[in-house]
Amino acid sequence: MIGRIVRLGRSGCDVLEALGRASLFLAQSAVGIPSREGCYLWLRQMHFVGVLSLAIVLVSGLFIGMVLALQGYTILVDFGAEQALGQMVSLSLLRELSPVVAALLFAGRAGSALTAEIGLMKATEQLTSMEMIGVDPLRRIVAPRLWAGFVALPMLTIGFSVIGIYGGYLVGVEWLGVFEGSYWSSMQANVDFFDDVGNGMVKSLVFALVVTWIAVYQGYDLVPTSEGISRATTRTVVYASLAVLGLDFVLTAVMFGGFS
Amino acid sequence: MKRSKTMELGVGLFMLAGILGLLFLGLRVSGLTFTAPSDTFQLEANFANIGSLKPRARVTMSGVTVGRVTAIELDTEWYDARVILELDAELEGQLPRDTTASILTAGLLGEQYIGLSVGGDPEMLAAGDTIRDTQSAIVLEELIQQFVSNMVND
Repeated sequence: MIGRIVRLGRSGCDVLEALGRASLFLAQSAVGIPSREGCYLWLRQMHFVGVLSLAIVLVSGLFIGMVLALQGYTILVDFGAEQALGQMVSLSLLRELSPVVAALLFAGRAGSALTAEIGLMKATEQLTSMEMIGVDPLRRIVAPRLWAGFVALPMLTIGFSVIGIYGGYLVGVEWLGVFEGSYWSSMQANVDFFDDVGNGMVKSLVFALVVTWIAVYQGYDLVPTSEGISRATTRTVVYASLAVLGLDFVLTAVMFGGFS
Repeated sequence: MKRSKTMELGVGLFMLAGILGLLFLGLRVSGLTFTAPSDTFQLEANFANIGSLKPRARVTMSGVTVGRVTAIELDTEWYDARVILELDAELEGQLPRDTTASILTAGLLGEQYIGLSVGGDPEMLAAGDTIRDTQSAIVLEELIQQFVSNMVND
């Protein structure tokens, strides 16, 4: 009995300790004025996590927009309200689907790669060697990746929304024959730039921070063996996805729950 | 470190595409326009019951949108709803003093909006004035209640 309580307390302390380490890690790597070299390192990471993720994000966005239009049309047409298709597609994309799905894809495509890369650097003692020659690995390795993720995911989310709305247009207007004018005008009449687009962007910034933070921290903190790397990569995807979905509920409740 | 021009170009294009995408979302999807906020003026109107009118609802005249509802608050002096309307500046000094404001519904289940119809008074409403002649929203429950009580009386 006592042993069980002790174990519970110890695991609680472990969780708190990990949280503290992760927060310190975030604070230490996010601050500091980037040098010219740092900007270039950031640019390289932007290329990797942003530009190279563009294809998967855009293709998913196109298909999700198309599916939304198809499903929405079959429901709305029963009420004779198929003119509201543009509103339905754009609001569901801007408020929920773009930030969440882009963040999940980002966690799978870029987050796991970040963890594996930093983890292998740790396992092969590159990080220790950097410290030996007086280069701070937090600023040299972690900071550019953290900032690149923080900038790239909101950009990817915008791309997701735009292509999703275009996909909805393709299916709704070109295929199912919704009037083009009402597709755009129902959208313009009901989408507010600050409430809908702005809140979606805020969500996306929060997700970007959380996903990239989890990814780089898991890489930096893992057990430096091949098994440790594989575990950490899995943990990145699992934790990041759960964090995104959980935070999405909280943010939605705050933004659109109408508690004001 | 080896620098690669194509990579820099790729990131630049990526950022540019993101900004253009945001612009598209602003202009095409949410219908933002770059009009100065100064070319509107405000009027007030008191309604006994606003139904489910919401801020940002349309204000129309003969079906043409001429403004928006900016705020709705409870007037504690008369215990009715004070609705603040923001209208296009070209209507300033053009609306007669006996203009009627009524709360209408778009379609059977649609959203509620305000319809203005002009009267014949030679004096005009200035910015900040109150529209006296108003018609409240039609609340379906009240209609049914009236209908039922009429049936009982007959």
